[in-house]
This record gives sequence, structure tokens and C-alpha cells, in this order.
Amino acid sequence: MATIEIDRLVKKYGQTAVVHGIDLAIQDGEFVVLVGPSGCGKSTTLRMIAGLEEISSGQIRIDGRVVNELQPRDRNIAMVFQNYAIYPHVSVADNIAFGLYRSKLSKSEKRARVEQAAETLGLSQLLDRRPSALSGGQRQRVAIGRAMVRDPAAFLFDEPLSNLDAQLRTQMRIEIKRLHHRLGTTSVFVTHDQVEAMTMADRIVVMRDGRILQVGSPLELYEKPVDVFTARFIGSPTMNLLPASLKENRADLSVGGSVKVTSLPASSPEILIGARPQDFTPGTSGRPGLSVSGTVVVVETLGSETLVHIESGNQTVIGSAPGRHIPKIGEQLTLHVPAERLYYFDRATEKALAAQ
Amino acid sequence: MPRVRPGRIIAWTLLFIGGVIMVTPLLFMLSTSLKDASQVYDLRIIPAAPTFDNYIEILSDGRFTRWFVNSMIVAIIVTLSNVFFDSLVGYTLAKFRFRGRYIVFVAILSTLMIPTEMLVLPWYLMASQFGWLDSYWGIMFPGMMTAFGTFLMKQFFEGIPNDFLEAARIDGLNEFAIWWKIAMPLVTPALSALAIFTFLGNWTAFFWPLIVTTSAELYTLPVGLSSFAVEQSIQWEKIMTGASIATLPTLIIFLFLQRYIVRGVMLAGLKG
Repeated sequence: MATIEIDRLVKKYGQTAVVHGIDLAIQDGEFVVLVGPSGCGKSTTLRMIAGLEEISSGQIRIDGRVVNELQPRDRNIAMVFQNYAIYPHVSVADNIAFGLYRSKLSKSEKRARVEQAAETLGLSQLLDRRPSALSGGQRQRVAIGRAMVRDPAAFLFDEPLSNLDAQLRTQMRIEIKRLHHRLGTTSVFVTHDQVEAMTMADRIVVMRDGRILQVGSPLELYEKPVDVFTARFIGSPTMNLLPASLKENRADLSVGGSVKVTSLPASSPEILIGARPQDFTPGTSGRPGLSVSGTVVVVETLGSETLVHIESGNQTVIGSAPGRHIPKIGEQLTLHVPAERLYYFDRATEKALAAQ
Repeated sequence: MPRVRPGRIIAWTLLFIGGVIMVTPLLFMLSTSLKDASQVYDLRIIPAAPTFDNYIEILSDGRFTRWFVNSMIVAIIVTLSNVFFDSLVGYTLAKFRFRGRYIVFVAILSTLMIPTEMLVLPWYLMASQFGWLDSYWGIMFPGMMTAFGTFLMKQFFEGIPNDFLEAARIDGLNEFAIWWKIAMPLVTPALSALAIFTFLGNWTAFFWPLIVTTSAELYTLPVGLSSFAVEQSIQWEKIMTGASIATLPTLIIFLFLQRYIVRGVMLAGLKG
């Protein structure tokens, strides 16, 4: 187990920088998820931690030791790849045993470690099989087995669930989380899927264009996004963002209606007001807040809740109704958000404005 | 009776004619090997008085066995060398980024365009200056690595996902072990194709071994057999007997590795 510290880490390909000097400190035993759209530098960062990419400048320390110049094999990390990368020409047992390639354990000890890992992952019956005879989920488990036999300082996961179908992905998500709970090994997990990030992480690192936008617990990111990008990225469906103009102590929305606000430190009167669909419920409560009326254009029935898309002016707003309440398309509907559930952003800088 | 399309009949006919053209010389070779010297010009396919005398004579002639062994030694060593070095260089060119990589690759490829006939003289001069004339090494050195094999292996290694190599790097394998334990097993079809082509090419090689060897103990089988045609008169029945025996390894390889040969030809195109 180990801490991982990253200082002013830069990665350049020729003249193009893809990671622009990021800083991050990962605690011992922590499960950190790097999340962001493709090309945001999350995988590159992970690969630099693994030693598979050279560092252009900055420093990476694993357990306090600078590893910038170390070969991957000397960093005592294990990695699970998106394509599993288990070797097709050897059996499951041999694949897992490759994790102990440099270990000085005796043959029987190695065998015992492999069997123990296989047992943990439910692979005991499959040890003699070739990877081609395994399902996608089993293959990924073999890859995890190979990573865990070694008892590494840290696990690195590079989008390990992307190639699995939706159901299996959910199941593996839980298994990895459980495994982390049991082993307590520091883990860095890269994904572009915000649901994976939210459900698995102790802390989430949101990245975009080679920079870290925000670091925080899943709930912090959900409740206090620092900018429009994070606000939209975290949470599903995406947060509604409505343009508004500040006038004295109220904000007038372009879709009609206004909200009372006090002293927002905006650079200009043009702001965006955000509301999560889950907070946007039908009906007008007497409480202060924001109401938007419009025509129902799409209804998505999920069972536990019903997502309602209403069109107001030229803006579509998504709200959420209880599962059994299904509005009809074309119906006029008013959605309401309580004032304390609103988010405010500067329209020019896209940064969050602290609401008072 | 199922209806047979005319296209099918034409195809079968053409294949049959092609088959006859291919097989007749082989049958003729076998047939002649079973005739005695007086019957050689009697062109019947089935010998009037079949005899194994030629085989007994050839196999009890120490020279023939020697040539057979020489050919085996040369073909096996050159094949092993090609499988090892061609794939090592091919792998390096396919999976490592280094300055001058492209130039090296083009230089290797461009040697494919130089015909053997043009190379024989420089090879000979080189062999003579290094004192390699009339030796096993002299026969083998030009073929120890080939541009074709390097190119073939490079193409195959390019098809291996980098994830495998990176996973191995993290598992702690050094670069040589990654090549040997991970990359090589993944290109077995290409390796077998390369091995088969190289073995057959060297087993049947005639021109260069003829030039570089002078003493009969170092002749390879094709060179040795040709000596039956110059020493006294042309002893067809002996040549054909030797050739029949020489075909055996080829035949055995083909029977056992047919699958790989077909795959190799499909993947690599025919070697010229």
C-alpha cells in the first residue's frame, strides 16, 4: 500500500501538451477515480504513473519515492487494461502467475497465491482454461487476478469496464469496490463514465483538456460543482442550465420567471442558473424558488421516476416526476425547484458563483 | 442426381488438367527411380520390371547419405536463424519508436529488389576473402537473415495490441522476455509459415551451394545429385532415385503442416 503524489506533471507530444502541470495527492488506501471526456489526459496521467509514458516534466512519487525514471516493473504497481490484456496463449492459472514473474517465492507458494486469488475472484474452476474459452467478465477477472497476486503498492485501472455489457459492468463495479474494501490497496481508476466515478470513488478527479477542474468526494462534486463543466458532467440526466440576467436582487430568466438572489459576485449580469432534474418537480409549491412552465415534449418512464422534458420558449428543461405520475405529451406543466437547490454560474467564465 | 452447374464442370476440368500437369513429373520421377539403367528411355509410367536396386545402391553409397545430412544441417540451421533473427528485427521495427527506424526498414526492404544473380559475385568474393569457401558457413551465411522474413514478421508483430506488451512490462518482464514469452507465441502462424518457406527454400537451394562448395563431402543434396549428370554419363535412374528421397522431407512437412502452409501463403502472398 502506498501514497501517490503528483507534482506539476506535464506531458508533451512534440510541441503539443496534453497534460498541463497537474497536482494530485492520493492517500494510502484511497480509491481515486480520474474522470473526464476522451482526450482529457486521464489515461495519459495513469500511464505516466504506471511508467508506460515518459514524463515531460514534473514529479511522481509512489510511497514517497520519486519514480520518474523507474521502469514500470520497478514501481511495484499493477494495472488492469481496458482490453484485459490477458495472454491468449497460456492458461488462466499461468496468466495470473505472470503477476508473480519477478517474485522470489517458491513454485508451491506461487501456486498457492494464484489459487487464493482465483478463489477470491471465483475463477477456481477455470484455472486450466485458455482465455478464449472465457466470457468478457471472466477475462477481466483474470486480469484483476494477475494484478492482485502480487500484492502491489497500488492498482491502476484503465477503463476496465468499458468493454463489458451494461449488466456485467454494474456487477464488476461492485466486485472491484468490494475487493478494494477487502484489500485496502490504493487504487487509481480511469473512466469516462460519471456513474462509475460516482459509485466507486472515495474521491473523484474531474479532468478536461489536460487540466484538473475539481477534486472532491462524489457528493461534494454533485452538490458543489466549481464550474459548468463539472456541473453538467456529474449527475444524470444532465443539470438544466438556464440563461438569466441579474437585476438588483433578482435574476430574470430568459424563459420567463425570476428568482430572488442577493450579492452574487458575477463579472457581468449575464449568468446561468442550474437545476438538477431530480430537484425539478411538477407543481408549484408555495416555497421560494424557480418555476418554469412549458409544454411536455418527451416523457421517459424509468419506473422509479419519470423524466419529463418540457419546452419553454426555445429551451428544453428536464424535470423528474414520481414513477406513477406520467404526464401526457402536449400537456402544459409547471416545474418547480426550491431556491436552496439552485446553482449559479457566471456565463462568461463558466465558474460557479456562491449563492447567498 | 443433383444438377451440376456448367461453371463447376469447367472449373473441375481446369483443375484436373492443372493437377495432371503438376503430378506427372513427380510420377515420372518415381517411376524412373524404379527402373534399371536399360529401361530409363522406356517412357511407360509403370515400369515393366520394377526394381529397388537404385534405392539400395544410392542409400548404401556413403556420399548420398552425407549430402542428405549436409542439406539437413544447412536447412535446419538457416531456418532456426531466420525464425530467431527475422522476428527479433521485425519486432523491433514494429514495436519500438527510434530515430532512423523508417530508414532501416526501407533499407532492409530495398534489398528485396536485388536479384540473387547480382549478389552471388559479391558473396563469393566475401566468402573467399574471409576464408569461408567450401564450408558449411559459406553455404549458409547469405541466408541467415532475410529481408522477406523480417518484413513478414514486422507486419505480424504490428498486429499485436500494445496492451499485451505493456501488461508484460508491468508484470516485470524485461524487453527480451516480452518478445520471447509474449510476442513470439502470438505470431506462431507467421513463424511456422516463415519456417516452412525457409526450410524448403534451403532444402532445394542449388545455385549458391554449387558455387561455394568444391569438395564432394560438403555438397548439399541438389548439388550432389547434379554430379550424377556430369561425372560419367547422365545416370537418370540415380538422379530420380535421389530426387525421390529428397522429396520425402518436403512431403512430410507438407502433410503435417498443410494447414499452416495454406495460411502462410494466404497471409504473406507467395514468395517469389
